[in-house]
Amino acid sequence: MPDFLAALLLQAGYNATLVTIGAGLLGFAAGAAGTFLFLRKRALVSDAVAHATLPGVAIAFLVMVALGGNGQSLVGLLLGSALSAFAGLWLVEWIARTTRLAEDAAIGAVLSVFFGFGVVLLTVIQTLDRGRQAGLEDFLLGSTAGMLLQDAQTIAFGGALTVALIWVLRRPMTLVAFDAGHAAAMGIDTRRVDLAMMGLVMAVTVIGLKLVGLILIVAMLIIPAVTARFWTNRVERVLWTAGVIGGVSGYVGAALSASAPDLPTGPIIVLIAAGVFALSLLFAPARGVLASALAHRRFQARVHRRQGLLALVRAEPIHDPLTLRILRAEGLIRRDGVATDKGRALAAKIARDERRWDVARAVHQDTALTGRYDGLTPIEDVFTADQIADFDARLGGPQPVGG
Amino acid sequence: MPSTLTLAASGGAQTGAGPDPASPLCLRGLTVSYGDKPALFSVDATFPAGAMSAIIGPNGAGKSTLLKAALGLIPTVSGQVTVYGQPVAAARDRIAYVPQRASVDWDFPTTVIDVVLMGRYRKLGLFRRVSRAERALALDALARVGMEGFADRQIGQLSGGQQQRVFLARALAQDADLYVLDEPFAGVDAATERAIIDLLKGLKAQGKSVIAVHHDLATVAGYFDHVFLVNVRAMAEGPVETTFTPAALAQTYGGRLAATHLDQLALTVR
Repeated sequence: MPDFLAALLLQAGYNATLVTIGAGLLGFAAGAAGTFLFLRKRALVSDAVAHATLPGVAIAFLVMVALGGNGQSLVGLLLGSALSAFAGLWLVEWIARTTRLAEDAAIGAVLSVFFGFGVVLLTVIQTLDRGRQAGLEDFLLGSTAGMLLQDAQTIAFGGALTVALIWVLRRPMTLVAFDAGHAAAMGIDTRRVDLAMMGLVMAVTVIGLKLVGLILIVAMLIIPAVTARFWTNRVERVLWTAGVIGGVSGYVGAALSASAPDLPTGPIIVLIAAGVFALSLLFAPARGVLASALAHRRFQARVHRRQGLLALVRAEPIHDPLTLRILRAEGLIRRDGVATDKGRALAAKIARDERRWDVARAVHQDTALTGRYDGLTPIEDVFTADQIADFDARLGGPQPVGG
Repeated sequence: MPSTLTLAASGGAQTGAGPDPASPLCLRGLTVSYGDKPALFSVDATFPAGAMSAIIGPNGAGKSTLLKAALGLIPTVSGQVTVYGQPVAAARDRIAYVPQRASVDWDFPTTVIDVVLMGRYRKLGLFRRVSRAERALALDALARVGMEGFADRQIGQLSGGQQQRVFLARALAQDADLYVLDEPFAGVDAATERAIIDLLKGLKAQGKSVIAVHHDLATVAGYFDHVFLVNVRAMAEGPVETTFTPAALAQTYGGRLAATHLDQLALTVR
């Protein structure tokens, strides 16, 4: 554990420090780029892109060896992976555009063919020369071992550049993700925006290849975005929250990995991100499971309160113990069950709104509205003033309340 | 179908004429196909400026396709589109498009005011911050659709009619000359329908042009000045009083409208 703490506090030596900071930046870039992929509902495309990098890595290695190098140059390998990732991406787009196959089928085909081809090439490389191929299989699951200063710099610089580009393009990418038709009608070239988005995803994939590995880089793109979605309802906040979640996962994961070099880096980073996801799923205040359960309890209480007040309006006896408890707790009825002044006033208002709701539900055949018919949400919250005036007009003048 | 062609000619479509530079939207020989099945075939249309025009036709007649093709959102096989005499690409600032409500995901993480501000994108560009003036403009657009109190609402909490109002506010924020709407009254409540039609008539009074795909034949005469009947081909075009006739509707809809329905419509038109 002290090893881990030292790495976390950037005290574990120069190399480990570089890797930890690089992984943090990469995680931030991946989370931010993945947000738009997720909002555009094209998360799976990144899976095809990631798997399509493998043959490129292998071919780049072979080419560099053939040219007399040792085949280990990270920049050379990443260049190769970028080229084959682009080929894979282009093929997915081309299949989806020109054939009747849906995009998911094209993704499945491209992903498996490219990955299979890459594995074949890796095997060939292994049989060719055992000594020099060492390290290529690190691209599958990621590794921090033996990372050079130059490698860490590549990751850090690439990650920072990607984040800057995302900031520049956030507006057009948001518009296209929300309503591509309207964006195109305003003159935004949606095809080019989509290409730019996929370019950013490709950049993150390629940069993260050595650290996280091609199999799990998809998780770094998608998990932070879906996690951030639990916390907020606004695009810009989803974007930066996802960046922070990805960044923290990358940073902590790399620190753990540096203190335990036998563990592959990619799975550790992804497991940490998944942990944050699980916590958010359960506890996030905006859309988490617990918040939903509590909201349901409150909803139940509102229903009982409304039914209780309606019973007061109609002067019917109340038998349900939960209803009685809620009305008593709010001072709407006395201990003996007789309505207080406050209870009678509220009941009158409820009765009027109830009649408005009757009209509203007849006029609006809409589940988004019937879901809000809970008796405690003021009707003024759900409908505009002119809509309510319309209901009152249909009710035909003021009616006696309190039945 | 020779009778179809004569009707189109007598309906006022200027077949063979060049584009009309005064028209907010002028189509010449527009053909669009999905695969090898034409969705629109050689359509001519000249929508008048400063008027409310309805595009009417049965399901699958190519009404929405016509709007999308005219705005350059989908590829065309052939044809020419001009907006106030210019190619569409040169007239983007003058057009505001209101797509069908169902075309977007309403669980998207955004608020009402942010959607309206999306209409200001051409003014804001990549870098300009949303100034107080821009925000005020967006709030004003919301006020014009009766939604000023909903600015910070998550869009997922809106009813269908309110969603439509937000889309309309986004179009208003664009401050265009031509408003192109795809089924603006589909699935909205009566109050919203009234609010929208009042607003559109207000735009017309300012000299703006409105073109809407419309599905409710009973309200055509009350809402619109000009109709364009389409069923893959252009069937008839002209002022509502002379063009929106039972004979033209029977041609456009084929056997899909009952005779009694046509008689009732004839009564509402007269």
